[in-house]
Amino acid sequence: MKKILRSSEFFVALVVMVLCIIIGLINPVFFSWENLFDLLRSGVVTGILALGCLIVIVSGGTDVSFATIAIFAVYLASKILIAWQFDGTVLVAFLLSAAIGTVLGLFNGALIAWFRLPTMIVTLGTSSIFRGAMLVFIGTFIINKLPQGILAFGQATLAQVSNANGAVIGLPVSVVIFFGAAVLVWLMMKYTMLGRGIYALGGDRVAAERAGLNVIGIQLFIYGLVGFLAGISGVVHASLVRNVNPFDLIGTEMNVIAAVVLGGARITGGRGTVFGTILGVMLVVIMNNSLILLGIPSYWQRAAIGVLILLGTGITAWQSKRESAANLLES
Amino acid sequence: MFDKLPSITSFISRDRNIGRLLGVALFILIILSILNPGLFLTVSNFKSMAYQLPEFGLLAMAIMIALLTGGIDLSAVGIANLSGVLAALTMIRFIPQGAAGWQITLVIGAAVALGLVIGAICGAINGFLIGRIGIPAILATLGTMQLFTGISIIITKGYAVLGLPDAFLYFGNGTIGIFPVPLLIFIVIAVLFALLLNKTALGQELFLMGTNPTAAKFTGLDNFRLTLKTYMVSGLLSGLAGLMIIARTNSAKADYGASYTLQAIVVAVMGGVDPAGGAGTVIGLVLAMISLQFLSSGFNMLRVGGSFSNYFRELVWGVVLILVMVINYLDAKKRARTPQESGTDAKAQMPDTAAGAGSAQK
Repeated sequence: MKKILRSSEFFVALVVMVLCIIIGLINPVFFSWENLFDLLRSGVVTGILALGCLIVIVSGGTDVSFATIAIFAVYLASKILIAWQFDGTVLVAFLLSAAIGTVLGLFNGALIAWFRLPTMIVTLGTSSIFRGAMLVFIGTFIINKLPQGILAFGQATLAQVSNANGAVIGLPVSVVIFFGAAVLVWLMMKYTMLGRGIYALGGDRVAAERAGLNVIGIQLFIYGLVGFLAGISGVVHASLVRNVNPFDLIGTEMNVIAAVVLGGARITGGRGTVFGTILGVMLVVIMNNSLILLGIPSYWQRAAIGVLILLGTGITAWQSKRESAANLLES
Repeated sequence: MFDKLPSITSFISRDRNIGRLLGVALFILIILSILNPGLFLTVSNFKSMAYQLPEFGLLAMAIMIALLTGGIDLSAVGIANLSGVLAALTMIRFIPQGAAGWQITLVIGAAVALGLVIGAICGAINGFLIGRIGIPAILATLGTMQLFTGISIIITKGYAVLGLPDAFLYFGNGTIGIFPVPLLIFIVIAVLFALLLNKTALGQELFLMGTNPTAAKFTGLDNFRLTLKTYMVSGLLSGLAGLMIIARTNSAKADYGASYTLQAIVVAVMGGVDPAGGAGTVIGLVLAMISLQFLSSGFNMLRVGGSFSNYFRELVWGVVLILVMVINYLDAKKRARTPQESGTDAKAQMPDTAAGAGSAQK
């Protein structure tokens, strides 16, 4: 019990609850079903991206290209589907986008695994390459006539509720995808050798190599998986906003990384859970969406996110520092 | 120190990276001159490059010093914009209509000082978060970039601050003789920066800490104070860059130069700065900057990529960054496998002299 109370996930959960209560007191609209659905709707894309980001961070790396991969994948996939005049199920869109994303992710993985390049700078570079390539070779126009499958998917809802004005707000089916992905990632991280390998890699790369882990294979898998999830999240995003704008999503990397780190993952690697990431995503989404409810102008958002990142990373860094200091004293 | 001034050739061959960079810069210059001599080789082209290079160069130096210590400063552009915004607002609010010359000078001086102080303070915040709290530099500067840019947005509400006094604009657009003022400022700062890195104790300590922070700590270096000073210098340079930006463009915006960060990292890494810390030269940085600046204006002129030349440029920066890092990696790998090649430096000679002295004593 004490371990649960001391864990960073508990702390974040506490912060989320307190935040909800405070916001709800200031503006009770926060506790309405429509707001809840709204929050979930905003959080789905961030959430799926955060799952991939979590895996990378646990492995000791930092990927800042996933948002670019996401929009690249869905943009290209949409263009292809439109060229084929495809009107069928949305599954094809998902598969196509995920495949493109995986290829891009593997490109990252190859550079990081084989050339041992510092992950953050590499993904900074590849993010630039993907974005430039997309805008030069694929196009810069917004796609407004999405394939029917994607549109239908975006409009499908699990549950619906109508607010005071009579407008109907639905809970999008995409949340199922998010929770499904979360469960799968959680299972992988906790119960498979691969998951163990990722944690080990994040803890100490050299030790992991000596223990016989296939570091190159693991890294290729991780970055490929990030690309896969990014591709999926891209389609979800397109279905929710009902267009594909190649300038979307780029710039949201901060939000996602903040969510993952706030959820208790150590940036140096080796620590982090899916549950914590979900809490972190909730925190970031609530912060972003509630500024308006609180009457704070939207241009405060950036500074608020910055403070959040600093607070979250500061607390985890401070904790880790105290831990290692205590170890030094013991030895 | 001056008993053996190195010749240019030994200097270039000693650091193969610099030699390579010089070659690249010349190569690009020649190619672009051939492809479009009418536009590229003109004085006006070089002039426009000379005006824009300095502000970018200062940002690159700010990021370079952070990279040298094994960290990174992603908030440089944010600091620059914040300094610029605050300095611009000071100048606009405190210069009444028809003020006397000395009054204007006073306010400009105060604004410049404010910009620099803000830069130092922001840098100190970075240094504190990284050095004392222990947040890894990537995350800390990611957060502070959002924070500083966010503060600029809150102050300006997204609008640009316009209408700076002419006397101040001289620093961004004037010339002394044939040299643009910003270029001169940049050269002075670059020389001072190189002196700081190469000839002062602080510079030496920076390289030491970047190479191996643990060893540095056990040698007695105060890593925290070193980190603090590093990021304060970085912040100062960023603040100065911000002042130069508003002096040139006559406007202060919260989100100017968003692509500068990546470009600065590209030139730093291309210029020989080791992203893991511990190595880098100012000359390498400057050469890389010049090369990329040539490339950049070359793209503009040739309209490469059609009307998408901006995006094409982004693509190229990314490719260049990755290529340079891969080449550096392969190069380091090759050199590690052939230790005989490094036998000419002083380190390898020392064991001989020690043995010689020992045998002489016997």
